[in-house]
Amino acid sequence: MSTVVEDIHHDDHHHHAPTGLKRWLNTTNHKDIGTLYLWFAFIMFLVGGAMAMVIRAELFQPGLQIVDPNFFNQMTTVHGLIMVFGAVMPAFTGLANWMVPLMIGAPDMALPRMNNWSFWILPFAFTILLSSLFLEGGGPNFGWTFYAPLSTTYSNDSTALFVFSVHIMGISSIMGAINVIVTIINMRAPGMTLMKMPLFVWTWLITAFLLIAVMPVLAGAVTMVLTDKFFGTSFFDAAGGGDPVMFQHIFWFFGHPEVYIMILPAFGIISQIVPTFSRKRLFGYASMVYATASIALLSFVVWAHHMFTTGMPLFGELFFMIATMLISVPTGVKVFNWVATMWRGAITFEIPMLFALAFIVLFTIGGLSGLMLAITPADFQYHDTYFVVAHFHYVLVTGAVFSIIAACYYWLPKWTGKMYNITLAKWHFWCSLISVNVLFFPMHFVGLAGMPRRIPDYALQFADFNQWISIGGFAFGLSQFIFLALLIKACKKEGEEVSAQVWDGAEGLEWEVPSPAPYHTFETPPVVK
Amino acid sequence: MYNVKNIFIFFITVFLISPVFGAGTSHPDAYQLNMRKGVTDISMQVYDLHMTIMIICAVIGVIVFGIMLYSLIFHRKSLGVKPADFHESVKVEIAWTVVPFVILMVMAVPAARTLIAMEDTSEADVSIIVTGSQWKWHYNYMDNDVEYYSLLATQPEEISNKFEKGSNYLLEVDRPLVIPTGKKVRFLITSDDVIHSWWVPDFAVKKDANPGFINEAWTKVNEPGVYRGQCAELCGKDHGFMPVVVIAKEPAEYANWIQEQEEISRSARIEEQRLLDMNMDMEELMSVGERVYQTACAACHMPNGEGLPGVFPALKGSDIALNNKPKHIDLVVNGVPGTAMPSFAKQLSMKEIAAVVTYERNAWGNDTGETVQAKDVNAIMNGI
Repeated sequence: MSTVVEDIHHDDHHHHAPTGLKRWLNTTNHKDIGTLYLWFAFIMFLVGGAMAMVIRAELFQPGLQIVDPNFFNQMTTVHGLIMVFGAVMPAFTGLANWMVPLMIGAPDMALPRMNNWSFWILPFAFTILLSSLFLEGGGPNFGWTFYAPLSTTYSNDSTALFVFSVHIMGISSIMGAINVIVTIINMRAPGMTLMKMPLFVWTWLITAFLLIAVMPVLAGAVTMVLTDKFFGTSFFDAAGGGDPVMFQHIFWFFGHPEVYIMILPAFGIISQIVPTFSRKRLFGYASMVYATASIALLSFVVWAHHMFTTGMPLFGELFFMIATMLISVPTGVKVFNWVATMWRGAITFEIPMLFALAFIVLFTIGGLSGLMLAITPADFQYHDTYFVVAHFHYVLVTGAVFSIIAACYYWLPKWTGKMYNITLAKWHFWCSLISVNVLFFPMHFVGLAGMPRRIPDYALQFADFNQWISIGGFAFGLSQFIFLALLIKACKKEGEEVSAQVWDGAEGLEWEVPSPAPYHTFETPPVVK
Repeated sequence: MYNVKNIFIFFITVFLISPVFGAGTSHPDAYQLNMRKGVTDISMQVYDLHMTIMIICAVIGVIVFGIMLYSLIFHRKSLGVKPADFHESVKVEIAWTVVPFVILMVMAVPAARTLIAMEDTSEADVSIIVTGSQWKWHYNYMDNDVEYYSLLATQPEEISNKFEKGSNYLLEVDRPLVIPTGKKVRFLITSDDVIHSWWVPDFAVKKDANPGFINEAWTKVNEPGVYRGQCAELCGKDHGFMPVVVIAKEPAEYANWIQEQEEISRSARIEEQRLLDMNMDMEELMSVGERVYQTACAACHMPNGEGLPGVFPALKGSDIALNNKPKHIDLVVNGVPGTAMPSFAKQLSMKEIAAVVTYERNAWGNDTGETVQAKDVNAIMNGI
């Protein structure tokens, strides 16, 4: 009986369903687009990672061995751009595409055609960016922060390609954000009030507003760089009445909320995983929501802590120091809530939980070094050293990236219907955990000892730790191939069948649809009590 | 049970005291773990702030991770525990919002005090204009007739691993900045091209050099000595190769040094005038020219004159270097506005410019056979 109904249903809507490449090019299905985003992000993660390997190979020993300084600068720049805009952000958008409709009981994203478009312009953006590396003079070499006038008067002509690729990435992000907001506001299942939404949905809703607020600012910044360089304007040139420091204000007004764009969805993921494997409801749900919202609001008034050495008035330095210290309070609340969730739970250590636990500890280390960086006089010593590099890699790699990996391990059985290879996953976890700390922890030491960031060669006293760091880097890079192997096996649908709930402590609408989640879900909305 | 708790206490102890190891000495060594204390009152205050906040962070970390670890050990499902069902407590939430808030605001007080002291550049005894340019520093003593460029002194062969690296590899310059001890020295920091950042860790001074704007910083060094730092803001290709070296001398010694330097610049000017009436021969021009080229030009145009295609133009075989002598001199003297090519009128003497232009017109197969004399440079520089 049920098969018959299914068949009729399919004939109604999908007798033209394309297959092969066309299926992926023309798809408006949130699950397909989520999968595309996630694979794209993973490929970019490997590309950006390869650039990190070049950087670490050059820094393995003092002296110039492998690349020249100009190429080294291109590597640090494009590594940053790829990881931020090509790996972390699309991965979160992919997870939102897959999971937000499933978690709120919606049949799809609200704007499916725009969804297709917002994904498919991304490969063009990154093709443009990466191809600039092969032009005469090379690609962008002024750091992912592209400070003027290094990126204007003193850059080469490929800057135009950089600018256009950033424009496309921005358009993609804004469209993705609009889609998330419209979906969450309009398409929740009956009974799912805002304060019943899963935290991943909440954090993404707030992230989407941040994206809409700041991506246009980035677009403005790159456009001014473009006109300064090619059309004779002087936004950032003192000789024409402009100000190079104004560039940094504009950039970081985008850049700091951007930091939270890359971590708020991670908070959401961890807030889903920890309760599941503690078999206990999330502690302080409401305070988690309020904390997320306050972080988002505060993120607009802390930007100049990236600029303490630019020569700000004393009052400005004090204001941004105190505002930055304040933002650690709601962030602390989140960590305390996760710990309180685990407290007196019945904890098990499945793979997603392992990554979530690593996230909590290592992200907190990154958060605490962030607190140190907020202290302006101390920041004068930390600023632009490897201490900062250590800080933001703890937050972004063991923070954002670990949360994305945790999310994949958490929801992958739901996507494929099969349990992935646990042995490989454990290898992936332990290799990543150990190597990532060998990679990033000694960066604190060389930074405090005085090693500046973005240099292709360094003084001899930094040699030993740099060797450790490089070894950690190579090991971390190689560890990700374990993940690749696991994902390929999972996509080939190898493994044991899983139930709809998958994890015995899992709660929420996404665990009520069968595993694997059918191509169309919640065509009639579920009712949430 | 007791065993686990003992191990637990051991780790907490190790974690708590670990920041104490490797606490700052004034010279960094391999495996240095912590910030340097530095040699000024301010740098010591900064060091104390750093240690305070680090210990606060370590304590918070130990408490949070400790509770978490306890939970992971004792609240495991495999021990047969049943999950509790509490999930909110307004009191607890308020407590862990207010307590960190109070700790931070208390921490902000000494930080603000140090910051106010750092920003007070008034009543300086000595003022020095520090100008960054790709990829060297220029120092100009405002009260004296002393100014000079300070360039990386590490040999290119050390960087390319042909020679063994010296102990101050990449942290040595040809002419260090000299300042007096026990005096308040004010730095007026700016840039000729992109943004640089002048950093001496031992003084806790790091200030960006912004083109078109002047930033101020100051230091008062108590101990004579040599202090080394680096450019801290990405400033292009050779960002990693523009160190800062400062020598602090006793005031009397400093006064002697200033006198000496003023004497040197006076005689250099006399020499410059004298040279205007003389012609140098090709051999001398080429040997001086090669030396100047390697220090002033090779960073961009490369030692072989081929430049970096698409970034820095080649001189080898270039039309200007082969066919247009006045234009060639003009480019070196005045630079090219809107590009990375700076004016060398201030950096090089007329003799040096004459020599380097001659070198560029006769090296790497650019065999024009022409010489350029100081008076040719003077003609273009002063419009004669």
